[in-house]
Amino acid sequence: MTEGTHSPLSKRARETPPSGIRRFFELAEEMDDIVSLGVGEPDFSAPWAARSAAIDSLERGRTSYTANRGRKDLRERIAEHVTRYDLSYESDEEILVTAGASEAVDLAMRALVDPGDTVAVPQPSYISYGPTVTFAGGEALPVQTRAENDFVLTYEDLERAGAADADTLVLCYPNNPTGAVMTREELTEVAEFAREHDLIVLSDEIYAALRYEDEHVSIATLPGMRERTVVFNGFSKAYAMTGMRLGYALGPAEIIDAMNRIHQYTMLSAPTTAQFAAIEALESCDDAVEEMRQEFDRRRKFVISRFNELGMDCFEAKGAFYVFPKCPPGWEDDEAFAEALIREKRVALVPGRVFGEGGNGHLRVSYASGMSELKEALNRIESFVESN
Amino acid sequence: MEAKRELLDLLLSDARQSTDDIARQLGVDAATVEALVDELESEGAIRGYQAVVDWDSVGEEHVRAEVELNVELDRETGYEEIARRIAKFPEVSSLRLISGSYDFAVDVEGESMHDVSNFVSEQIAPIPEVTQTVTHFVMTTYKERGVYFGDGDDDDRLSISP
Repeated sequence: MTEGTHSPLSKRARETPPSGIRRFFELAEEMDDIVSLGVGEPDFSAPWAARSAAIDSLERGRTSYTANRGRKDLRERIAEHVTRYDLSYESDEEILVTAGASEAVDLAMRALVDPGDTVAVPQPSYISYGPTVTFAGGEALPVQTRAENDFVLTYEDLERAGAADADTLVLCYPNNPTGAVMTREELTEVAEFAREHDLIVLSDEIYAALRYEDEHVSIATLPGMRERTVVFNGFSKAYAMTGMRLGYALGPAEIIDAMNRIHQYTMLSAPTTAQFAAIEALESCDDAVEEMRQEFDRRRKFVISRFNELGMDCFEAKGAFYVFPKCPPGWEDDEAFAEALIREKRVALVPGRVFGEGGNGHLRVSYASGMSELKEALNRIESFVESN
Repeated sequence: MEAKRELLDLLLSDARQSTDDIARQLGVDAATVEALVDELESEGAIRGYQAVVDWDSVGEEHVRAEVELNVELDRETGYEEIARRIAKFPEVSSLRLISGSYDFAVDVEGESMHDVSNFVSEQIAPIPEVTQTVTHFVMTTYKERGVYFGDGDDDDRLSISP
């Protein structure tokens, strides 16, 4: 439909751009023999115990709604589970179970953002933050993190972008797409900035369980931060349960209550079957998570060292299951590189710019694929780099 | 995990991968991997490297049987002596002392059922300490040393996702 003719669509829908990965997805879908390093979910299946609990709940006919906030026994286990990150939340008032962490992000935006409000969104980052700010009527303010800092968010980055005037700050570490993590010291600066400028922090910690060199630290544990932070986490990445759509939000009772009010009208409750799987996951699947983490860690070391050997500068990403190498010398344009690579060598990866301007010249490489695929992909990339 | 132990896991999953690839996964250099492999071999932790073969795809007759063996010990002869004697036969591919209703579990391989049963009756059964043999011929192998022989599940994930 052309501009000027009457569209049945809302302005908001018309102005929502298609996700930047869509073009590559379509390219990849029409090719055979693709090796994909573009997948944003684990290649493992959910641990058997969790799947079995879901099946068992179905056999017993447990298919009704749950409480809006999620099953009480699940919330209690979540409260217990997050103590490993020194987080302490009250299961009745400060925890909301959602349909994936994605729903939690959307709810938080809608509960906190008024038209005209500004949400600072560090980039490169997951593609949903900006659009959910827009849907809530707010303005997203991109804050570029920098390659020379290994994409850690700094006080200066925030200052330079003008985030002092923002109302809310999104934080996403371990980070998709860079694999970057933040230490307590690094988070301390950000917390200081948030306190000085009275920002609410939305901290997406969905990859918290996938840290390889050190323990995850949540910004909510820093002084004065708990009351101004909403933490998102979930079962998708750690427990390989992406398709079950289950996540949760932790935060001050007032904010969680507001999110729950929106949730009760739009979602009612998170998927019941998934909640049963999640209870079991928290109960008995630590070993399975640890096994996956170790396997990811080997792959991580492998891909980082391969990219650096190929002259594709790749910093040591210490979290999630992504690395973020630079395009090889002679290639400035990540999108051109990714497109030539998929056409010539049938290797799919995602251009860094899809995740924001700061990602220009970089590529998101997911190592959520078996070692044999990773080796094959890297061999193909090597032959591409050598012949171009 | 200790590098040497992790190296063992990597070799168990794929013993043919290159030293360089192993080094990359362990975050050490290739010379360190070589040294660790030497250690594992000289300590006797690694006793060999073999292919996992699906004989149905090889196009030649290959028969395998699992043989239960009962033995009677006397003052001069223990399990060790009997095992040493049985292990010498090239037809025997594995030999284990086990708990339960019989003593030894023996894998025997040959070109035909006739070969295998002949071997059991003419070489194993006559051993003085052997009191009974029960031969189970393998009909189909579904999984061997951790490798599933059926079709794997397709990766049904989207090829690119955020």
